[in-house]
Amino acid sequence: MAFRLKLVPEKTTFDFFKHQKLTFGFSVVMVLASLVLVLTMGLNLGIDFRGGTTIRTESDLPINVGEFRQAVTPLDLGDVTITEVYDPNFRADQHVATVRIQAQDGQEAISPETQTKVLAALQTVNKDVKITSTESIGPKVSGELVWTAVWSVLAAVAAILVYVWLRFEWQFSIGAVAALIHDVTVTVGIFSLFQLKFDLSIIAALLTILGYSINDTVVVFDRLRENLVKYKKMPLREVMNVSVNETLSRTVMTSGTTLLALISLLVLGGDVIRNFVFAMTWGVIVGTYSSVFVAKNIVLFIGLNRNKEKKDPSEKFFDKTDVATD
Amino acid sequence: MLQISLWKRVLILAVILAGIVFAAPNAFYNRVEGHNDALTAQTKNGTLTPEEQQAKSAWPDWLPSDLVNLGLDLRGGAQLLAQVNVADVYKSRVDSLWPEFRKALAADRATLGAIRRVQADPGVLRIRIGNGDQMQKAMEVAQTLNTPVTSLTGVGQKTYAITTEGDQLVIQLSDAEKASTDDRTVQQSLEIVRRRIDAAGTREPSIVREGSDRILIQVPGLKSAQELKELIGTTAKLTFNSVISTTSNSNEAVGAGEEILPSSDQKGLYYVLDTSPVVTGEDLTDARPDTDQNGYPAVGFRFNVSAARTFGDYTQANIGKPFAIVLDKKVISAPVIQSHIAGGSGIITGRFTVKEATDLALLLRAGALPASMTFLEERTIGPELGADSIKAGKLAAAVGAVLVVVFMIASYGMFGVFASFALGINIALIFAIMSVIGGTLTLPGIAGIVLTMGTAVDANVLVFERIREELKIAKKPARAIELGYERAMSAIIDANVTTFLTALILFVLGAGPVRGFAVTFLIGIVTSVFTAIWVTRLFIVFWFARKRPKEIIL
Repeated sequence: MAFRLKLVPEKTTFDFFKHQKLTFGFSVVMVLASLVLVLTMGLNLGIDFRGGTTIRTESDLPINVGEFRQAVTPLDLGDVTITEVYDPNFRADQHVATVRIQAQDGQEAISPETQTKVLAALQTVNKDVKITSTESIGPKVSGELVWTAVWSVLAAVAAILVYVWLRFEWQFSIGAVAALIHDVTVTVGIFSLFQLKFDLSIIAALLTILGYSINDTVVVFDRLRENLVKYKKMPLREVMNVSVNETLSRTVMTSGTTLLALISLLVLGGDVIRNFVFAMTWGVIVGTYSSVFVAKNIVLFIGLNRNKEKKDPSEKFFDKTDVATD
Repeated sequence: MLQISLWKRVLILAVILAGIVFAAPNAFYNRVEGHNDALTAQTKNGTLTPEEQQAKSAWPDWLPSDLVNLGLDLRGGAQLLAQVNVADVYKSRVDSLWPEFRKALAADRATLGAIRRVQADPGVLRIRIGNGDQMQKAMEVAQTLNTPVTSLTGVGQKTYAITTEGDQLVIQLSDAEKASTDDRTVQQSLEIVRRRIDAAGTREPSIVREGSDRILIQVPGLKSAQELKELIGTTAKLTFNSVISTTSNSNEAVGAGEEILPSSDQKGLYYVLDTSPVVTGEDLTDARPDTDQNGYPAVGFRFNVSAARTFGDYTQANIGKPFAIVLDKKVISAPVIQSHIAGGSGIITGRFTVKEATDLALLLRAGALPASMTFLEERTIGPELGADSIKAGKLAAAVGAVLVVVFMIASYGMFGVFASFALGINIALIFAIMSVIGGTLTLPGIAGIVLTMGTAVDANVLVFERIREELKIAKKPARAIELGYERAMSAIIDANVTTFLTALILFVLGAGPVRGFAVTFLIGIVTSVFTAIWVTRLFIVFWFARKRPKEIIL
């Protein structure tokens, strides 16, 4: 027999509800903890959302963040954050730091004079320093972006709610959306915990997570729908267990390949998109967890009306239906 | 049994082939870009230099040469988001109405009494009527000048909103007229910005309208957004106004319809001007560097026919009086009118250097921006950072691909090999579609492709797992494969439609680099469903037909 890598044994009979109080409770605690974190510590919002300027500087000489801070303090630019950036891709003599300046009163985007002043000030402490990129966003646009961000996440959740409702039962769509809210909240929570920069690209990551997590959830639901017809007499809880077990190998494989791709991006893709990729990596892990431990628990909690004449929506969509051929 | 009809086979193979052919230019990016540049040069100049000839022959003409555009974050360059202050235009429009209304009302001076313009907010014209009890008559006269709006949406509406307040007529642009004016202003600004950037000869600038009153300008290869601003010349508005007096007090009180502007070269000298210009830079048909009678650099100009007449009439009526040439709210010179200037041409002198004269001529020729702009957002990315990002993205993509392939082959053996080939074709298809539709690849876009590599195999995984299950319940290989594809279908469709929905929302609402991510992700979803359902199936069918295995190990 040829060698096959099998992360999941041929046949599994895990009871995913055995510790349901623990796993579901854990999710609830994580969501609550995330909310508390966001409310108390807040988010380290990037300039996309609060306006201001980010200047990326590079130097062949080592950068001293303290010296940089001292150099720009006399410029009186208000809140200035200086962070040194590390990346395995950098050359040995490549030293990178970002300077973030708050939005200046009465200006939309940063004035070139300010930028020149900052560069001159930095050059007094590090003569080799140069600016490799700047990004300046006025308060007007950043205010709009906040709304765009909120809207896009809400719109995505609503679209999924409706789609899952149309294709399955309303209980499924509640379960799916609960899992999505779980994923988004926990991801935002970790950004608050580590005070990672939260900008527009993170919203893109959140939407990707929504897409990924719902993908996972829907595959489990699809199998559940099939098994509900197949095992008419089996209790709902067990049908769910069978369905999750049957799809477990697929869940692990897909999460595996996705994580492999994401981790190579996280390590090698450069620091510019590191936060973005981190959000997605974290989201894939959380999303996989939630489709196994959150979505179906909600459905079980609400309960399904199984006596009702079951319509299989796939009949409407496809000529060949899978259910009756056995 | 396990069959795919011939026409489907041909179609699938044709799509694969097209994908590879159209993606191919991107593998030789610099070479194809050189080829394309040489072609552009050829149509522009008619001939080619030897280097261009060489660049042109580096890529055969008969192969597709569409490339994926590289976003600013990969190529380096400058980006500005400008808001056109459309309300600026209301002011100049309304200011220009005064002479017209004065003339019409003055014709009925006998009944209306003295007519005077009074101070009002910008964009509003207030006219005091001497005989306050004759407002109805004044209104009638004013309404004769009120023409219907000529836009499609404003049918039946008038150009001006005219009301009375006590003994004053209050005239503004109507909402319908404002809307159509706004649209024209933004369109005109966009065209002027485009012309100015094109004149500078940078490659592949992108100038697009965003929303109702914004313009997004992206120019690769510029070192700073400041350079871009200078190129656009945020304020280059030329007007010719009559001079009422000169003063040294910049805060001197002035009457309605008058304003104080500084001299551009003499400190402490201010001119009191009539705000309604006699003619404006928009009426210029030509401007070029010239010299004055003393041989100093100057700018020669020529007006269009109607402005030439206006200017001629004005100079004839005002011989011996000074008039001001105003550029960007500064009086660059205020010559005294020596004689009737007919024909509508003349020169502007103003202690220019040769370069300043040349630049001014260029600016005037490109036309003035009809309204000022506020820059809401600016970004500059250095080319080195872009190159670093491409390098990092390529490396991560290559490593990610190898890892996914190894994992798939280790898990599914021969079927994993099929899935890996399908993955390669998937990526070729993404690049092919991006090239053909002229999509832009950004750094997050590269992340989208890498992510697609991870998720693209999902559909295959669903199918393979299903085949495994069918094999377990003692189905014959051919039947198991067939059922595997059939039964995994609904899960594949549901899973991908939901993902597609979120990616679509990201595309609609996202901006800039995020949209770049959404584009590659969206295309990736479509192509991965195609490759998973059809391409791997085709491979498996070919393989199965040749080997006819009694049993398959999966």
